Amino acid sequence: MRKFASVLIALAAMALSQPASAALQVDVNQGNIQPLPIAIPDFVAPAAADAAAGQNIAKVVRADLERSGLFKPLDPKSYIDQISNINVAPNFQNWRVITAQGLVTGQVAMQPDGRLRVDFRLWDVYGESQMLGLQYFTQPTNWRRIAHMVSDAIYQRITGEKGYFDTRIVFIAEAGPPLKRVKRLAIMDEDGANPSFLTNSYLVLTPRFNPTAQMIAYMSYITGKPRVTLFDLETGRSEKLGDFPTMTFSPRFSPDGNLVAMTLETAGNSDVYVMDLRTRKSTRLTYDPAIDTAPSFSPDGKQIVFESDRGGSQQLYVMNADGSNQHRISFGEGKNGTPVWSPRGDLIAFTKQAGGQFGIAVMHPDGSGERILSNGWEDEGPTWAPNGRVLMFTRTIRGGRGSQIWSVDVTGRNLRRVATPGDASDPAWSPLIQ
Amino acid sequence: MKKFAVGPKLAAAVLALFVVGCAKEPPPPPPAPAPVAAPAPAPTSQIIPGSAEDLRVNVGDTVHFEYNQYSVLDADKATLQRQAAWLAKYPGIKVTVEGNADERGTREYNIALGAKRANAVKEYLVSLGVSSARIDTVSYGKEKPICSESTESCWAQNRRGVTVIASGANS
Repeated sequence: MRKFASVLIALAAMALSQPASAALQVDVNQGNIQPLPIAIPDFVAPAAADAAAGQNIAKVVRADLERSGLFKPLDPKSYIDQISNINVAPNFQNWRVITAQGLVTGQVAMQPDGRLRVDFRLWDVYGESQMLGLQYFTQPTNWRRIAHMVSDAIYQRITGEKGYFDTRIVFIAEAGPPLKRVKRLAIMDEDGANPSFLTNSYLVLTPRFNPTAQMIAYMSYITGKPRVTLFDLETGRSEKLGDFPTMTFSPRFSPDGNLVAMTLETAGNSDVYVMDLRTRKSTRLTYDPAIDTAPSFSPDGKQIVFESDRGGSQQLYVMNADGSNQHRISFGEGKNGTPVWSPRGDLIAFTKQAGGQFGIAVMHPDGSGERILSNGWEDEGPTWAPNGRVLMFTRTIRGGRGSQIWSVDVTGRNLRRVATPGDASDPAWSPLIQ
Repeated sequence: MKKFAVGPKLAAAVLALFVVGCAKEPPPPPPAPAPVAAPAPAPTSQIIPGSAEDLRVNVGDTVHFEYNQYSVLDADKATLQRQAAWLAKYPGIKVTVEGNADERGTREYNIALGAKRANAVKEYLVSLGVSSARIDTVSYGKEKPICSESTESCWAQNRRGVTVIASGANS
């Protein structure tokens, strides 16, 4: 099932000149930034047979960087120069004329052993220096992954933050009329490419990746008795998690992948439990007669944020991973639910219901600094990019007119719809693929 | 009507309920399937006693809830009393109570809320003498609406508990 063969990266001694003092950079923390103009010509293919690969890789890199909202890839038609040899310094003046501040040059070449070799260099057009040079070897069918890895390397070199393009999204693919909705487990690359269905037509909800992106925990109605279920991407097999007499739902892996926090309903009452995947023993963490659900671990695994209406309305609470020290952290307007702890640890994203609207918001784990990132008829269920800078969520259109996946920068900028094959909901972002 | 053994107390309750039942407007039947060829739909008089249709049409399978609440409403107690009486009449039948929520809540919360609603219906039926072993529950949260408009009237229809036959029905 796993499509990705290993990719060799050579941090080759490719520098033609000394690395520049980082003149070319994007400060991702500024509230309002101008996207950085960057030129990414098609990668050079010394053998005509490799030309398509060179064009495809450059196209995916341009799309990745544009989608981030931090870069403005320039129209290739505006280029004055053609790149024919990536081992000589470009004519910087001709790239400055078209307003490029960054320039990516690359080359693809099929090797005698059947692997594809991809080289690229990132240039600071004004500093007239090379910022980065990398080399990859991979199976030719892997060219999309190489393109995403090139995008990640450029993003990291210029922003100082790790990229998130070489990732996948597991989600619920929706089809059919509003009253007869079919929901299937599906997976795709972060840019919407390579979509595939993982389950047949029965109700499934709320999928989440484990930290190696090899396992998905989700809620399945396949037996008529809804239970948390594990899907192994390697084997394509599903397995009910645990043997509970009543409903289990809202699963979430611990950062080390050994535990699954979830909700167990007993006689109508929902409480948070943790199951150890090694021993299959479960531990109850909450004992309140109110609704306790939607647990999410802090990145150090020591705390869990969850939602509860024990105080009279749905709000966010934090507890230690053993269930001790349960305390409310959300005190703002409205109701707050579906919390997810950022992989960086600094923020918790959640769904805010106030004034007849559902929006995505973030706050610090102590409840301070609440900021609204999106507002819609029904925006809900955020998930974090592995670098903690971008969120995806479900946007449901009023009047039963379907669900879509949207993304937004943690600053609130760059709100845009994510390409999906048809209606989609409940996205979960994978870690960077290993 | 077929005779069945009930205690005098329950028989009185059943009788009283029939009165209530007549006064109350029965819930609207679900839309009929698209007509296929010849046979006309069976008239209500031909509903088989103890069947799923009997429960739906003659007893009433659905109760409703207030926004974000899960207590059984006084207005719905008659329906559940009819269900309890009907279940007493057909002791071989097991049911599942399906709890549902409107769209104005987050996904996991609505699953939990639907479970509370299904359980509230179950507890009420048990309080009327139905064995808890005959009643299973399931929550669909906001995943199974019967009305798709984003209006208060649709939301009220979707906030519901539905008693469906799991096994033992006459057919």
